[in-house]
Amino acid sequence: MNLEFSKDDEKFRRGLRAWLRKHLPKRHDEIDGGEDLNFVGDAQIAAAKSWQRTLYEAGYVAIEWPKEHGGHGASTVRQTILTEELLNHRVPGLIGQLGLQMLGPTLIRCGTTAQRKRFLPKILTAEEIWCQGYSEPGSGSDLASLRTSAEIDGDFFVVNGQKIWTTTAHFADWMFCLVRTDPEARKHEGISYVLIDMKSPGIEVRPLMQMNGQSGFNEVFFTDVRVPRENLVGELHGGWAVANTTLSHERNMLANPMRTQQLMADLLRLAARRNQNGGRVTRNPLLRQKLADLQIKVDMMKYHSWKLLSDEAHGRPAGAAASINKLVTTELNHDICTLALELLGDFGPLMGRSPHAEDRGLWPRDWMFTLGMIIGGGTSQIQKNIIAERVLGLPRGG
Amino acid sequence: MDFGLNGDQELLAQSARAFLEAEAPPDVIRRLGDDSVGHCADLNAKIARQGWNGILVPEAHGGLGLGMLDATVLLTELGRSLAPSPFLASSVLATTLLSSAASIAQRRHWLPQLATGATIATVAWLEESDRVDPAGVALRARRARDRFRLSGSKLFVLDAHVAHVYLVAARTAAGLGPNGVSLFAIPRDADGLSLTPLEGFDRTRRLFEITFDDVVVERDQRIGREGTAWKHLERMLDVACVAIAAECQGGAERALSMAVEYAKMREQFGRAIGSFQAVKHMAAECFAEIEPSRALVWYAAHAQGAHTREASRAASMAKARLGEVFSRTANTAVQMHGGIGFTWEHDMHFWFKRAKANEALFGSPAFHRERVAALSGW
Repeated sequence: MNLEFSKDDEKFRRGLRAWLRKHLPKRHDEIDGGEDLNFVGDAQIAAAKSWQRTLYEAGYVAIEWPKEHGGHGASTVRQTILTEELLNHRVPGLIGQLGLQMLGPTLIRCGTTAQRKRFLPKILTAEEIWCQGYSEPGSGSDLASLRTSAEIDGDFFVVNGQKIWTTTAHFADWMFCLVRTDPEARKHEGISYVLIDMKSPGIEVRPLMQMNGQSGFNEVFFTDVRVPRENLVGELHGGWAVANTTLSHERNMLANPMRTQQLMADLLRLAARRNQNGGRVTRNPLLRQKLADLQIKVDMMKYHSWKLLSDEAHGRPAGAAASINKLVTTELNHDICTLALELLGDFGPLMGRSPHAEDRGLWPRDWMFTLGMIIGGGTSQIQKNIIAERVLGLPRGG
Repeated sequence: MDFGLNGDQELLAQSARAFLEAEAPPDVIRRLGDDSVGHCADLNAKIARQGWNGILVPEAHGGLGLGMLDATVLLTELGRSLAPSPFLASSVLATTLLSSAASIAQRRHWLPQLATGATIATVAWLEESDRVDPAGVALRARRARDRFRLSGSKLFVLDAHVAHVYLVAARTAAGLGPNGVSLFAIPRDADGLSLTPLEGFDRTRRLFEITFDDVVVERDQRIGREGTAWKHLERMLDVACVAIAAECQGGAERALSMAVEYAKMREQFGRAIGSFQAVKHMAAECFAEIEPSRALVWYAAHAQGAHTREASRAASMAKARLGEVFSRTANTAVQMHGGIGFTWEHDMHFWFKRAKANEALFGSPAFHRERVAALSGW
């Protein structure tokens, strides 16, 4: 057991801090699309892209990617230091993160040389923004039942159907998408993974408004959309396996324990300045119990993430770590926000538009957003099925 | 950054688990549970031959000189098997207390005997108030020239029936604060001392009331300086929290694995009950609580290497969390077994009962959450 970082890693951290002090935009909201990546307006989108490019050129984007693909071949420890420092400096989420965290690693593992050359550089620099076309109105938890079809017509796929919950589709340049190429095959075996240019004729994007009033995600409709055959990733009909290589990335992206620590710290700051029923919140024994219970879980997930880091360094199998992390962390985030609303009393429901809102209405917004995260990326119930079947070895349902 | 067990600790865990699976299988736990003594001298002689008793004793005093994380490895396995053993009382708690509170001469006298397992010690600390703070120590030790005389009683003393010597916390000055608490080493056969078993539902660990009826203690039986024992007891409380948390971790893992195996085998409606999502999710929820909690226990054990606020805070976090996780898991595990889980014949109830007893021992989850809040400066 050694909780110290190496000298080199500490040096990396110091260099990063110094860089951030100098280059971090003074006003975060210019480049902050919120946690739902709801970047609004050309000016904000351009500023957010330019910020990602600046960060990339300084050597702080996708550092874990291999050098030949534009990364630095950095260790998971260093990646963790990077995430931790960005969060501590309240650096907003990158506009290109779906490309960076999901498509990039997929292409590195399953893409052709031509695909990597064509797409990876522009993912890094945010010149091209990606969205994910997985869920459909009839295919949520049962993703493999998806029906958006892609018929082969010479050198093209012709895509027809609909995707839903498509984050960032309203300004994305490209979509990585699961389509059915063989309607006769068993459901997991007729799916392909294709890359679709969002400027193609026949694509229509309609924003969906979330319960918190934000519009981070969309519906996307495809009518005879022609996609070149060369945009197929992996084998024809082999898309399920390709998608699965990065589903655990998605679970980890949605459930970052460091983000949870930050949320908890914000809750404690809120508790320290709030009164309830004429007394300080932090003097109320019941609320102290609730705060301590959350703090214990937050710290536990922090140590657990350190353990996972070390397990990876030692080549120990991760098991269902991503599912456990997704399940526990998304529920914990929501519990933290729920307690914040409890502490706020009648001020809890006030949104950012009200001058009386605490923290510019962040708490009610995040309270709703974090509920969405329990559902997105595989619901809690789906994560429990994964844990039960793949780790505990319980039989699949009949 | 390397968070986890090292190679030696992994090996220790494996060998301890194999040893306890062979020497303390459920039928042994059951036989000892029915037994009025509840102690197996043969099993504990074998444990002594493994060298476990000296794990926290410095090498200079004949021990292995290892740390709390190493002890945690053993405690996890003891919790998994529920092997009745005074290991926690003697080799962890009494050893920790003597190592920190005793004079050099006293350490030289006691620690080598504890390290071999030849002498078993236990700590008599709690009383009728059931408080793990300074006010919990009210028993008076009145000075009479060169001696002290103790009258009153101690409760919840672990394994007092097999211990040879008791480390008794008592007040040598008036008041209820941290000053004035002293520690005495009193042999089991001292005149005026009597034991009464506390009949509880957890038969895997025996607790006792010790009554002192004008027990006379010589001055050299006082451990360390007069009136200064509280800080050592508080330090021992931290170690106790980590130890119980480690037991809970092992116990919870065992309870869940028994339930999962049963759910794979038991059929209803023509299929294994483990294929039903209602049952699957019970198991998955337990697993999602148990798996990350191991890191909390390890961190708390590691933190005991330094006597800091952080060590106390981490210890209380582990104690609060693991007590509840083990209890919830054992409860779920009984339910996953259905009716058979409720019977005396099935082994499940041993873990179910131990979980609740562990949750209560050395401060409830609510007490430790409040301690976390206080130590966090809220």
